[in-house]
Amino acid sequence: MLSRLSRRSPFNTSIFRSFATARERDEFRLQEYSQKYLGYRKAVFTEKLEIIDSSKAEAVPIYRVTDGLGNFIDSSQDPKFGKEMSVKIYETMTQLNIMDRILYDSQRQGRISFYMTNFGEEGNHVGSAAALKNSDLVYGQYREVGVLMWRGFPLEQFMHQCYGNSMDIGKGKQMPVHYGSKEHNFVTISSPLTTQLPQAVGSAYAFKRQPNNDRVVCVYFGDGAASEGDAHAAFNFAATLDCPIIFFCRNNGYAISTPTSEQYAGDGIAGKGPGYGLHTIRVDGNDLFAVYNATQEARRVALTNKPVLIEAMTYRLGHHSTSDDSTAYRLDFKKVQTWGDKDHPIERFKTYLVEKNWWDDEKEKAWQKEVRKRVLKAFGDAEKTKLAHFHELFEGVYDQVPELLKRQRDELDNHLKEYGEHYPLDRCLRK
Amino acid sequence: MAAFRPFSSLLVGGNTRQLLAKRGAAHFNFQPSDAPKEYGDVRQKMNLCQAVNNAMDIAMDTDPSAVLFGEDVAFGGVFRCSIGLKDKYGADRVFNTPLCEQGIAGFGIGLAVAGSTAIAEIQFGDYIFPAYDQLVNEAAKYRYRSGGLFECGKLTVRATWGAVGHGALYHSQCPEANFTHTPGVKVVIPRGPTQAKGLLLSCIRDDNPTIFFEPKILYRLAAEEVPVGDFMIPLSKAETVRKGKDVTIVSWGTQVHVCLEAAQLAQEKLGVSAEVIDLQTIQPWDEDHVVESVKRTGRLIVSHEAPKTSGFGAEIAATIQDRCFLHLESPVNRSCGWDTPFPHVYEPFYLPTVWRVFDSIKKTVKY
Repeated sequence: MLSRLSRRSPFNTSIFRSFATARERDEFRLQEYSQKYLGYRKAVFTEKLEIIDSSKAEAVPIYRVTDGLGNFIDSSQDPKFGKEMSVKIYETMTQLNIMDRILYDSQRQGRISFYMTNFGEEGNHVGSAAALKNSDLVYGQYREVGVLMWRGFPLEQFMHQCYGNSMDIGKGKQMPVHYGSKEHNFVTISSPLTTQLPQAVGSAYAFKRQPNNDRVVCVYFGDGAASEGDAHAAFNFAATLDCPIIFFCRNNGYAISTPTSEQYAGDGIAGKGPGYGLHTIRVDGNDLFAVYNATQEARRVALTNKPVLIEAMTYRLGHHSTSDDSTAYRLDFKKVQTWGDKDHPIERFKTYLVEKNWWDDEKEKAWQKEVRKRVLKAFGDAEKTKLAHFHELFEGVYDQVPELLKRQRDELDNHLKEYGEHYPLDRCLRK
Repeated sequence: MAAFRPFSSLLVGGNTRQLLAKRGAAHFNFQPSDAPKEYGDVRQKMNLCQAVNNAMDIAMDTDPSAVLFGEDVAFGGVFRCSIGLKDKYGADRVFNTPLCEQGIAGFGIGLAVAGSTAIAEIQFGDYIFPAYDQLVNEAAKYRYRSGGLFECGKLTVRATWGAVGHGALYHSQCPEANFTHTPGVKVVIPRGPTQAKGLLLSCIRDDNPTIFFEPKILYRLAAEEVPVGDFMIPLSKAETVRKGKDVTIVSWGTQVHVCLEAAQLAQEKLGVSAEVIDLQTIQPWDEDHVVESVKRTGRLIVSHEAPKTSGFGAEIAATIQDRCFLHLESPVNRSCGWDTPFPHVYEPFYLPTVWRVFDSIKKTVKY
């Protein structure tokens, strides 16, 4: 059969004729498959008819450094943070937690329009941020406030953004929690999910082309976002175009109400990595040391233009957002409490601080009081700050306001001259 | 692509009014409608969310092939439109999909091609764009390209739509014009519970793929007596919701209520009699109905929340000047959103408010 086909074929007949044995022919084909089809992975033939059953494959292990009580298991994995670094990590996580509580409550009181908490995920935010360089570019999804906080984004700016007032960098265009800061290398959040992933790959490619590049891109996303087509595009682009990027998945078990069991049927998000040719690690996302070590190593690998996928296993302790009541679908509320009580990333890290005698109850009390005071002060100031002039709504659509929009702006001005009393002009700054 | 669902808490029971009140009232007053007798005598008070739920309940009850799916649909949906349906019809007919709009649309097309009735939910109209290829290049062209061998007329895509007061760029958009430029799909938008039920049932049973945009601010806010039985409101038929003789106002969805209020103001303050038409089906739209009205009034205003440029108002204006040129007493006026993204805190300045529509009436009549 083969010989008949090859005789008929106008191509390669001479090559095949020169192979005397079947083995030579096999070797030729295996080499072709390996080099051209399988990314230089060793190709083999098998005569065993077997369809791979993915459920039989072993799950990617979860890398951890400390046990559930916060004790080191293998001391060689201790990143040996100094006191200053350790306290900063703890203070960032707790400040985030306190800010979340205050802003969540303020939304419940109707003072801001919307909020999303980061409860239970503080460890993966701060652990990864601490392992990155501040010059690395971050693309977030929306629940990565700890990363921005670690980089020193001021409390005042968080509050101004949530109020959308004239001091907000984004000038009130977006809903609360859509932070962004050029200074902190944090690209402004956009509500659509997963759009940030292929964009992050593009930025990483641009970095790679810089001489002596020392920056990577770290892009965060959730277990739900990984289902979008953009995730597939991003993984594939990053791997084929050899980009210095870290894909950081916060697998917190839920996409709004949809549990991960209905989101994917494979070995989580990490399970997808090897299929795309990504270096991959799964990590205990509530173990700050593990997240730190994994991110640091991922950064080293990514800088050699090998993209890395990190899946951080965590749990969304809060509701999806202030618009969500997760008791409608997390019927076993005890489980939520168990996660909070038994595996809280802040508590796990605190054990370490206390053991080192770098933290105690008195410090805790004073710190909580101070942060609360600072958050409330910033919040009050933001609440009192007026919105920008309403002309702001026409700014930033294009680099310059085109004639068409200028005419519309004039139309609005004329309208408000006559009907201004029906509009909240007093909430806006005057020209 | 649903990142957030910032409104569902507003839409769950008693909290709704309190929270809305705290943030200032909605930009309009809902005007309930009285369904025609032929839709049935037995009626029950329903809000728009319950009316959608009721329509899907009837659709699934009368068509065993019908399935309902989308993100978070199983527990009742983030807006609670599918509540109770999984328990009633089973998890194989009402189910969550992974978070992927292109998947939802393509999967729905496939169901319809194989003969099932597919009711697909896209959580926010703002997040329909990953599904754009499937809807525009596939659903809309299936019949045309296969000589009628294959079609996906049993597909209905439901998506939430429109302003809510604080939805900003990505929880407010009205993308109807993105789809009206695509021959082959129908685009339908109800103004209240009765229309939501009757039009959705028509969409589900229509032999063409349809996109049904649900004004999410009306889910809880709009309640009226809705016929409880199985009734359908015909597609591609507009409805005159207020009779008038001086000017015709065409709108759809939430904006119909803004226009009704402006028309009432114009009557009181200017003595102007404005006719208001709810287009209901945006494509293929009821040209004759609008033409008949404009020939009587000689004036036309089109109003929609979406940006003015290339909005569906432009299509209506062009058609009316073509078919009613010698009847027009003034240029066709468009009272629409500005050509900007939907801004969070400036929404009151962005929207074509009651006062902007009122001013359009004034200017059009005094032209």
